[in-house]
Parts: sequence; structure tokens; C-alpha cells
Amino acid sequence: MRHSIPAAMALLASVSLAACATTQATEAPKPEAPAVTAPFASTYTPKPSTPVIIRGGTVLDGEGGEFANADVLLVDGKVAGVGANLTAPAGATEIDARGKFVTPGIIDAHSHLGVYPSPSLQATSDGNELTHPNSAEVWAEHSVWPQDPGFSRAVAGGITTLHILPGSGNLFGGRGVTLRPVLGARTMQEMKFPGAPHSLKMACGENPSRVYGSRNQSPATGMGNVAGYRQAFAKAQEYDRKWSDYRKKLARYEEGDKKGERPTAPDRDLEQETLAGVLNGEILLQWHCYRADEMALALDIAREFNFRIAAFHHAVEAYKIPDLLARDNVCAAMWADWWGFKHEAYDGIRENIPFVHAGGGCSIVHSDSEVGIQRLNQEAGKALSDGRRAGVDISRGVAWTWLSRNPARAIGVADRTGTLTAGKAADVVIWSADPLTSYAVAERVYMDGALVHERGRETPPPSDFELGQSYRERAQ
Amino acid sequence: MILRNALFTAAALLAFAAPAAAQSTFFKGGRVVTNTGAVLERGDVLVTNGRVAAVGANLTAPAGATIVDATGKWVTPGVFASISEIGLSEISGSGAPNDATLSGPLVSAAADAGRAFDPAVTAVAVTRLEGVTRAAIAPSASGTVFGGRGALVALDGRADSVFRQRNFQVVELGEIGADRAGGSRAALWPVLEAALRDAREYPARYRNGQGGAVLSEIDAQALQPFALGQGLFLVHIERAADIRELIRFARANPALKFAIHGGAEAWLVADELAASKIPVILDPLVNLPDRMERLAARLDNAVLLHRAGVKFAIAPGPGSVDAHQARLVLQLAGNAVANGLPWDAAFAAITKTPAEIFGVGLDLGTLAAGRTADVVVWDGDPLQVQSAPTAVYIAGREMPMTSRQTRLRDRYAPKPK
Repeated sequence: MRHSIPAAMALLASVSLAACATTQATEAPKPEAPAVTAPFASTYTPKPSTPVIIRGGTVLDGEGGEFANADVLLVDGKVAGVGANLTAPAGATEIDARGKFVTPGIIDAHSHLGVYPSPSLQATSDGNELTHPNSAEVWAEHSVWPQDPGFSRAVAGGITTLHILPGSGNLFGGRGVTLRPVLGARTMQEMKFPGAPHSLKMACGENPSRVYGSRNQSPATGMGNVAGYRQAFAKAQEYDRKWSDYRKKLARYEEGDKKGERPTAPDRDLEQETLAGVLNGEILLQWHCYRADEMALALDIAREFNFRIAAFHHAVEAYKIPDLLARDNVCAAMWADWWGFKHEAYDGIRENIPFVHAGGGCSIVHSDSEVGIQRLNQEAGKALSDGRRAGVDISRGVAWTWLSRNPARAIGVADRTGTLTAGKAADVVIWSADPLTSYAVAERVYMDGALVHERGRETPPPSDFELGQSYRERAQ
Repeated sequence: MILRNALFTAAALLAFAAPAAAQSTFFKGGRVVTNTGAVLERGDVLVTNGRVAAVGANLTAPAGATIVDATGKWVTPGVFASISEIGLSEISGSGAPNDATLSGPLVSAAADAGRAFDPAVTAVAVTRLEGVTRAAIAPSASGTVFGGRGALVALDGRADSVFRQRNFQVVELGEIGADRAGGSRAALWPVLEAALRDAREYPARYRNGQGGAVLSEIDAQALQPFALGQGLFLVHIERAADIRELIRFARANPALKFAIHGGAEAWLVADELAASKIPVILDPLVNLPDRMERLAARLDNAVLLHRAGVKFAIAPGPGSVDAHQARLVLQLAGNAVANGLPWDAAFAAITKTPAEIFGVGLDLGTLAAGRTADVVVWDGDPLQVQSAPTAVYIAGREMPMTSRQTRLRDRYAPKPK
């Protein structure tokens, strides 16, 4: 499905070029198909890099493996190999990682950086179009403020990829976007992960029914939530059918040497386009859902309308239904220990992440926080140790899959990053010590093979916002 | 019959309240952190009748003492959560009753957290399981500059667990306070001064018909001891300029006692703070300019204050204080270590220093003869996220190592294959 993206982009480019060049054209330059992921194309380019050989560290490869005293070779922005005594190309920068740990960069599948940036002001609270229960038409990327100082703090915590979601106050929050935390980026497009699919953020539970119920609007209840999802997907099926009918007719028209009347494209509806993208599998569904019973309802809705859920987010009660999650191959993106702050978070336990893992499910450690994103490795450390105490056998290598490989799968970039597999992006962190413990810090962070963070060399601040503020610079 | 019942009840309560006669527990052979000097790499702690009786190497256990083998483990004083809403709600959101938030003009300074505290909330056992034995609790939001009176509680779940009522008064002197004082810091300090005057002149001005300039009568009455220097003002303040203003104000009002909660920009005025002797309760994870009053927040705030000789404790920052996660103070302190704070200073900042700031440092926060025996045995370095207590004692009493969460865990634990 991702292969279709460049094609779609090319199509859109040719359409707009044609529109510019031939203003006298009589044929309406109507889009040939809903442009699902084409506009606002990524302009991200990896920073230039030279080969790097990281020698002698303890490597957690993100696939579940741990290798003592291993080398990691980065060439042309890709992982070129992991193993003992690798031969580096001439001129490679050699990093001594003895006594240190080497891992794939952390991927946060649930962040609001950029859309709820620092400073938190009325003007910057840009993460949730709460004006109506279904805002599937909005895209989080259009709210991203690239100057958010949170991006630099995240990189310092070993983050190399992050998925930005809209908020959870409505049933359909809109599209999420996968970003590279490019420091000093001037535009969102410069951060956009090339070719990564969009997601749709949906929300179960208390938030939507509270927001709209308090306005005497639907949904005001859990059953109102479910009715809202189903009605929307029923409409989207119809929308999708209209467009696929149109495409078939158009193909027949083109094949029939344009005889007869050219078929007319249906009207575009941005909300429906997003939902149709979920039905087609082009847009990955990220569903905020705390309670086990509500996740079970969501799985049934997915079955009814024949779409896939990529991951439940927060999933505080996922430990109660690992069998259902494993059956439908749905990941759970979780905190290590948040609980009690609302009714649907009341049953949170510290063993949620390891129990989902033990049940054959796909566990993800996520942040949903500009503070938590800076140390997701510690959250995985908690889950590892709590799981072990509860009798679940978990290796350090497996715990790291919760931080890179599994989130990469959930956001659809697993073929490009998330593990130290030859050919994947050289997104690599060198940690001062075992990163599943408290005192480890990210000493060096590589993104696409380029060094993007080195501890102790963070100045000047990469965000224009922080540059030149006299408060900050006095003692640095 | 009625009388007999009443007597029986009273006797039962007394028996419950007092530790059993000459009950001793002997913690043997652990790595003992006393907070009074060097760590004992292999030490013993003897607890008798709820108090530490002796700490040292190769002590002899008295006959009949319960022996706790701490070989390979750490033995430390209980952790003191410097500021929390624990016990003020079972579920804090979702429209559930939450005694940590009050609105409207009826009361603010008079709000009395200790009388709202419920030792039976599930968060008490959940938090205690992680080695936290004491907490300072206070409401987090009110309608005015004053947040109300905070209390000190033991997390033993017992009926008598509030051990200091009305111990401190919360005051908002930053952005939030400015907002409540009419939208500007320019109004904030005059409001504070007027409130203190109202409190000092209570009850005269309320009886002669003059009334308070800014405070209602009940708030003036509640604020009076604090305005007379008999209690601590816990001041939420972040910005360096505001901290300087507080230091000036404290100098002009030497009878008053202050501690800062927040202090994200305290590092900028570290020397002035050290000279003022105003302690700071800070959150070492606050490193983002997430509020305009925190533009200079940085990860090594604690380190810089430590070097300057400022007394500080570690706790969640204002805005992060909650009813359920007081246990995270351990992770906060661990991260301060990761960012350069010496381990001893970090651990003291969640044990000894909070006890000192809240005026109970002679009884809590250290393992020394005569002190109340809050003792925690850990399976590793307590500031490491992977460590956990194996035993928790509060005032010499062994606490159950179970909670609603462990019950849920056991109900849903995967079956051994």
C-alpha cells in the first residue's frame, strides 16, 4: 500500500501542472481519485553522513536479540551490519562503545508534540478540533509547530521517529502523521517521514461522551459513541462505493477510446476520504481506548465494517484481553504505570505491558506526554522488571521490541526502521549504560546515519523560540 | 450494655493505636542508608516499639525479635512524598468526588486537607508498596491565591494516619496566583499583603464591622497562625523574577516561613536562594518552557541548586501533583542522579529533606536511634526504576505487600505454561 504513495504523488503533480499550463482547457481538471495521502509531501532529507562503526557495545537489536561485545556498522544512512569484529570501510568514524549499549532509536507511537507544544497557550492548543464529534477531515500535521522545543528534548531521550496524533475529545479526531524529529526544521514537511502512511485517531470512552454530552449533543453515552462510529463507517462504505464505481466507469471510458459521455467524479468529502482510507487499509487506525470491554466492542465494529485496527492506545485494561488482541493482531500502546486519574483508568496495573506480551500480543510503550517521551526507555524498564516479578520471562532484547519494532509496525514504518537489520535506516542510539535502568542517558543519537544529538553539546537551542531568550542563555 | 460496648470499643482502639509491648524487628545484614552519614555496606537496624533502637554493623538481635534477612538488599528510611493529593480522591477525574479541588469564594485559606483525607483509598496501599511511607497533602486548586491548609499523613491506612493537621498553607504566587488575583502579578502581592493584614487583625476588624480587605472571616481565622509565623507557607512560584520578589518579601517579613514549590527557574537565583534559606521542592523532569513562567527550565536545576547550597526536596511539580502517582518521586530522584546530582543528595531529597521542610525532620527521614521507624527493604537501588521494596514498615509496623493492583495482577496473571 505504501508503494502506491509515490504514484499518487506523481499523479497529483501532473494534474496540477496540467492545470497551470492549460488554463484554456475545456475539460474540467477534476481529481481522478480522492488524494488520500498525496498533498503536503515530505521534503525531509537525511543529513549527510559518513560511515560509522560503533565498536564493542552491548547491542539490543530491536528484534528481540541481545549481543554482547558487538559492532554496528552504519553506511549511507543505513544499517550495514551487526556482529563481531565487523570490517569498516576506510575512513569510517570509529566509536568506542565498550561498556555502553546500542539500540535502535525509540519510536513513540503516541505523541502530541507540535500540536500541543511548549509553551502551552491558548494560541498553541492546536491538537483537537472539538467543534464536532467527527473531525476525520482534519490532519494533525496542519497543526504541527516545528519550533516546539519538545522535539529537541525527545531526541535527547533517544527518539528518532514519532507519530503525532490529534486529541481524543471526539469520536474521530482526524489524521495522525509520522515525523522525524528534525531539529531546526522550518516546516512540518521537512520533518515528515517520507512515505509513512497516515493514521486515523479515534477515541472510545469517557472523553467524547463528556465533551459532547456536556453540550447536549450526541454522543453523550457509550452507546452514543458506538452509534457514532457505525453511522460514520456506514456512510464511508457508501462513499467508497461511489468512488470505486466511478473509477470503474472511468477505466471503461478510457479503455473504450473515450466514446460516450465522460463519467463525472463524485464530490469530494474530506471526512469521508479519511474513513474510506481506513476501509481500504491505506490509513492505519489508532484507537484511544482504555477499557477491555470497549476494546472488545471496537474489535467487533472493525469486523462489521471489515477494517483493521493498528493499535489501541492507552489500553489500560489490555491485560484482561490479550487473547482478543492477539487473535485480531492488534497492538496495544500503553503506559507503564498510569492509573486512577479517571474511571476508565482505574484498573491500571504495572504488569499491563508484560501481560499483553505474555499473551502473544504486540506491546508498545508509548508516551502521550512531552515529559514521558524523553525517557520511554525507563518505562520499558519498569514493565520489564514488573513482568519478571510476576513470573513473565522477558529478556532485555524483547523489552526493546516494545520501544522500536512494535511501534514501527503499528504506524506502518517497520520496513524502514525499528530494528538494527541490514538495509534499514540507521536510526541508532548509544546509551551510557543499560537503557532499561534509570541512570542511562543517550550519549549519541543517529538518524538515517547522521549524528543528530550528542550529549553535552545541545547549545545553541535548535528551536528559534528558545534562541536568544536571556533567561536561558545566562549560565550556559 | 451500651456502656460496656463503648468501653470495649475504646479499649480496642487503644490496643490498635499502640504498638505491642516491646515488639522488636531486626533488619539483618542489608546495605543500610541512614541519611545521617556514610552508607553501611553491611549493617543492621533494630526497631523496638515503633522506633529505631540501634543502627550499626554486627548488632545482636534481642531475644524474641522478628528477624528480617536483608542480605543483598537495601535498607532505607521510608520515602516522604513532598506534595501530593493522595487520600483526597479514589478516582480523581470522571466527575468522581475530588477533595483536592475547591472552587468558589466560600473558603480557600481555610480549606483543611487533613480533614478530607481518607486512609482507606486504594492509592494508599498502591503508593506504600513502592516504599512511600509519608506524604504532605494539600488541595491543588482553589478559587483564590490561597490553596488551603495541608496536612502530613502516614500511608499506613490507619485511622490515625494524619499526624500533622494544618501543617502548611498553599499560596499561589506565580501565573496561577496572578490569574486569581485579577489577572496580573501587579495585583498579586498587594492582595497577599492585605490578606496577611486581615489575618493578623482577626478577629478585631471582623467584630467591629470593618471586615476583611480581601479575606472572609473564616479564611482570616485560618490564615492567622501562618501570618504570625506559626506555620509554613508553601509557595507555588516558578519564574526567577518572582522568586526574587519572594526573597525580598521574606526579608521584609522575617517572622514568616516559606518554602517554594516549583522553582523551575530557581537555578538562576541559586545564590540568593541559598542566602535566604528558603527551601525549594522541585521536579527534576521539568525541562520544557511549557509555561511562560518556566522559560528557563532545565534538567539540571537540582544539581545547580545543590552546588549553591540551596536546600531542596524532589516531588512532582505544580500541575503534575496528583492523587495516584506519588510513587514516582523515586523515579524523579533517579533522573536527578542521571543528570549529575550525587545519589545521597537525591535520596535525601525524597526522605530527609521533605521531613525537615515540613518540620518533622527530628522524627522522620533518617535511620537513627530514637527516630520513628519507617523502614523499607528494597531488592536493589531504590532510585532505579527496576527496583522494588520487598518489605515496608511504618512506625515499626509491617505493612501488607498487597493492593487492589496486586489483586488485579494476580487475577489476570498469565497461567504458567
